[in-house]
Parts: sequence; C-alpha cells; structure tokens
Amino acid sequence: MPAGGTATRSSYAPAPGHRFAIGDKVRVKRSFPPGHRRTPYYIRGKQGVIERICGAFPNPEELAYGFDGEPAKVLYRVRFAQKHVWPGYDGPDHDIIEMEIYEHWLEPDDTGVSHGDAR
Amino acid sequence: MSSFDYYAKRPHDHEHDHEHDDHAPQTEAEGPPSEFEIMSRAMQELLEAKGVVTAQEIRRRIELFEEDFPYRGGRVIAHAWTDPDYKRRLLADGRAACAEFGIELEAERLIAVENTPEVHNVIVCTLCSCYPRALLGMPPTWYKSRNYRSRVVFEPRAVLREFGTVLPDNVTVRVHDSNADMRYVVIPMRPQGTEGWSEERLAGLLTRDTLVGVTLPQATEKK
Repeated sequence: MPAGGTATRSSYAPAPGHRFAIGDKVRVKRSFPPGHRRTPYYIRGKQGVIERICGAFPNPEELAYGFDGEPAKVLYRVRFAQKHVWPGYDGPDHDIIEMEIYEHWLEPDDTGVSHGDAR
Repeated sequence: MSSFDYYAKRPHDHEHDHEHDDHAPQTEAEGPPSEFEIMSRAMQELLEAKGVVTAQEIRRRIELFEEDFPYRGGRVIAHAWTDPDYKRRLLADGRAACAEFGIELEAERLIAVENTPEVHNVIVCTLCSCYPRALLGMPPTWYKSRNYRSRVVFEPRAVLREFGTVLPDNVTVRVHDSNADMRYVVIPMRPQGTEGWSEERLAGLLTRDTLVGVTLPQATEKK
C-alpha cells in the first residue's frame, strides 16, 4: 500500500547538478546490462531532445533489489521523432514519442542530426 | 483467454518500487491459487497478525479503488475545462493541482498533457502497466495487454483507429511511455455544444478512455 502521505505535493523534485537542460540534444546509451532497468530496449541508442526535467529520484535499478536507491538520479523526459525511433514508422514526420530516461542513460548528442524537434 | 492476457495476469513479473497496489483485486480464474496469490494472502495475514493493518482497512482500500478513484480524473479535468487558470496550474504541476482540488494522489506524481487541434496525446506503459491509479482507478485489461503496450508506441494511429479514433495527418500524435516515476493524464479538448454545462455534467463525458487518450469525449451523453 502506498506510503509517504502528503509530505510531497509537487510532481517534480529538485534536480541539483543536473547535466542536461531543456532542449539539449541527447542520445540514449546503447547498452544492455543485466538487471532491472527502466530504459526500454527500443529506445536504446536513439537520439532525442530533453523535454523537461522531472527531478532527482531514487534509482530504480537499486530499489528493485532492496537497496535504498541512493544517490538519487536525475530523471528527464526525452522527446523522440517516431520516424527516427522506428525507421518503418507509418505516419507523418511530425509524430513524436516521449518517455522518462535517467541521466546515467544519457549522453550528449553532438552529431548535429536533428531529432525530435517536432512540436 | 487470449495469449496477451497471460502477461496482463502476471502483476508480479516486474520488481520495482512503483507505488501502485499490485494486490488490488484481479479477475481471478477459478482453480487453485497461484504462487503470487498465496504469497499475497500470507503477507496480508502476517500484517494483520502483527497489527499493522486490519482486514477492514484492506477492504476499504479496495472499495476506494473501485468506487472513488475511477471518478476523480473526470472531476479534475472538468474543472480544468471550466477554469483556465486551474488548467494552467494542472499543466504546470499535476500533483499539486490535484491536491489543491482536494484530491491527494498519495505517492503518485502526475503530468497532465493537453490535446489541442494540433496535438493528440496517448498514454502507455511499455514496461509494465504504470497508470495513475489514484486518479483513474485500476487500469483496464487492454491497457495492461501486451498487444496495446507493444503496438501503440510504433503504430499509434492504427491502434487509435481500432478504438474508433481517427486523426488527420496534420495532427501530431504524441505518445507518452509512462516508463518510470511519473504518471500521466490527458486533458481532452472540450467538445462543442457543451457551453454552459456544469462541471458534474462535463465530468460525465470524461470517461477513462478519454483520459488515457484512446478516445475523444463526445457531447452526447450515454443513458
């Protein structure tokens, strides 16, 4: 049963020392470590832009095994162009998909390729 | 049972600390209890024996999930339809706006996303079945199905068509994979012909499926 009560009323948490800013181009690491990961396989290696910063949250990769999840990791929402994520995407170029990615799964994308810039 | 229901019936095949209640009632097939049902039952009995919770509290909790939570989302969004300043606050911070409206989302963190003539939003959790349970109640079976979870991310327009929602190409389809700590609710566009309606009447249009983004509210009321 949920715990925590009304201590936190904001959806967002502070994100001290966050590495990326809204609008930054990023690439999701193409990495396949074992264990509990919240980064979907289909998005690994893909390029997108930071849509918003959600704050720092206990690391789910640690929580899953009974640890306390500290230090907390900064969580971002990242926007991707569907045509980039799925080369065979059967829809207009401007369709997008967004999801939450922890900072340690992201690296700067300096390839100059434009992805996820759709509205 | 179709093949993808197999996955929807396994609430414990993931381990993570999401604050959803995996022990809320599922539609159980007749037959001997599964390993998870036995574990859940044993846990409840231990917690009761130690005085941590009572059977009455658990029963009350299930009742809330079935009779109160499913209607919260519609009330919040109907209020946002009638109060532009509230809608702005809801978009800025969903959890705080719900608290202001008297709805405590407990541990859930909420992002509201707004449909416009240019953008249509739809929600999925590809990794399990993350869902704003404190706002919409328990997720429907189709939301948890492997079929929906795997297809709506890469062919959202085809999936939406199956729900009867046909979107022109000039509308951007914005899919949200609810894959980590945030939960999502869609603010649909208020239908024409609802001018002057009370919030209660508007809330009646805001079905669960409209708030997940697979259908659009219709100004014709059911029943």
